[in-house]
Amino acid sequence: MYWEKEIETMDRGSLEKLQLARLRETLARASASVHYGNRFTELGFDTQEVRTLADVERLPLTGKEDLREQWPYGFLTCSRDEIIRMHSSSGTTGRATVIFHTANDIAAWTNLLARSMFMTGMRRSDVFQNMMTYGLFTGGLGFHYGAEKIGALVIPAGAGNSKRQIQFMKDFDTTAIHIIPSYALHLSSVFTEMGVDPRRETKLRIAFLGAEPHSENMRRKIEDFYGFKGFNSYGLSEMNGPGMAFECPEQNGMHVWEDNYIIEIIDPVTLRPVPEGTEGELVATTLLREGMPVIRYRTKDLTRIIPGPCPCGRTHRRIERITGRTDDMMILKGVNIFPIQIEKRLMEIPGLGTNFQIILDRENFNDQMTVKVEVKGEFFGGDLQQLEALRRRIVEELRSDILITPKVDLLEPDSLPKSEGKAVRVIDNRKD
Amino acid sequence: MITYQISIFAENKPGRLAAVTQVLAKKKINIRATTIATSDTFGVINLIVDDPQRAKAALTKAGMTVTLSQVLAVVIPDQPGGLDKLTQLLFAEGININNAYGFVLEGSRKAVFVVSVDQIEKAERILEKKGFKTLDAESLSTIEPFHYMKY
Repeated sequence: MYWEKEIETMDRGSLEKLQLARLRETLARASASVHYGNRFTELGFDTQEVRTLADVERLPLTGKEDLREQWPYGFLTCSRDEIIRMHSSSGTTGRATVIFHTANDIAAWTNLLARSMFMTGMRRSDVFQNMMTYGLFTGGLGFHYGAEKIGALVIPAGAGNSKRQIQFMKDFDTTAIHIIPSYALHLSSVFTEMGVDPRRETKLRIAFLGAEPHSENMRRKIEDFYGFKGFNSYGLSEMNGPGMAFECPEQNGMHVWEDNYIIEIIDPVTLRPVPEGTEGELVATTLLREGMPVIRYRTKDLTRIIPGPCPCGRTHRRIERITGRTDDMMILKGVNIFPIQIEKRLMEIPGLGTNFQIILDRENFNDQMTVKVEVKGEFFGGDLQQLEALRRRIVEELRSDILITPKVDLLEPDSLPKSEGKAVRVIDNRKD
Repeated sequence: MITYQISIFAENKPGRLAAVTQVLAKKKINIRATTIATSDTFGVINLIVDDPQRAKAALTKAGMTVTLSQVLAVVIPDQPGGLDKLTQLLFAEGININNAYGFVLEGSRKAVFVVSVDQIEKAERILEKKGFKTLDAESLSTIEPFHYMKY
């Protein structure tokens, strides 16, 4: 039941000792990068001063803005010759934050995914259909490599094409899938439409639900429909991607692989640690990454550490489902979108006012984004085609940036409520 | 003669047309013809009124997005083939009609057809040469429409 029993069940004392040793190596390595080299010098910080794990709190925090500032190579600790792979945050194009991996980094990450999937019961006899976007997004290749390492038969189906996905499941006796929860719900209606009962007509038994926060209710709904066990997973590209934290068969919180990461929960305002078991922002440090170590990264995700040991016997601490964000990032169909991306695009299009609103809905288990934007009075030439062309242009421009096709409504000038101070840009009507 | 059509950008929702007509009623502006083009969530209300400048000012003051555009209000005989003569002529001259609507005049055998075209000066010239009568804002305000027909 364990992929690496010794590490997974290591007593806390030894695990923390291992973490400290790896942290010290990481810091020494990180000093070689432009970013951390400068940072440590500015702060007069000597990496040798880190003597206990508690000293982590004295290390500088790292944010997305640092990754942007040092874009693209300012976090590298080695020559580019050593780098074999690049990934980036899901969804964002243009100046997305990018992460580079050496061969060892990919091997370590792959091992974490193999460990995670093995933990849920996946074995080499399984047929694994990876229904995630392949490419820069970590969910595709990450899981793909992990499943291959276990020795399962991997079907790199990629995202979309619902009918073909279902056909594959039937034709190849798929037993395990990796899927975005909202897509799993959407796919259930396609199953119904095709008259296929996944409980009787497929061999599905395991699903990895990821890339998108979801509620316990939503998980149960998905499990009930498909008849498989759904496991929550957590990760972000800055911390490799999926495989950072994963649910065990207890399905009660996600074990963070603490031999690979140091996690802290901090108060997002004071930046001080919160008492164990209290909700706050997750901050994480890589411990095994060579090419691009990231120290105390602010994930902006809100969660808490579940106190106490897990009946599964693993000693790595668990975090609860992500309950929200400390910023205004939206996650839609597994794609991360910031309102500022939409704002920037809209402001570049002539004829539009400055006021807009983003509305998120879930219809038939399908997430939909509607962008309402005011047209400038002077743009209006009395002609419907002109407005239609403007609407189509907005849809196209946004789609090319956020990778999701929004619905666009053109509004009369001054029809959106003017909010005082910070405008309320996003209305999220999605439940569960 | 060239006249003006007033166009209002409006969201496609209850009460928008009522808001327009309320403003015009208060200002005692007479509507001669109207057409509405909608696209899902928004649309354009086009009106021929007896006093387009005053209508524009009133609607703009009421917070609406309004624009005036040039159209031709062509008098045609109210009989089979009356409209055809006009459209064939515009077609033969390569003039494109973007929008068109009309109304029948009371007490006469004539109708007025409003056309929004891509080459308005050329169209006006040709219509005049071929003997069509076009109305300006002033003459539109004195005629009595009978009923509307929309295309």
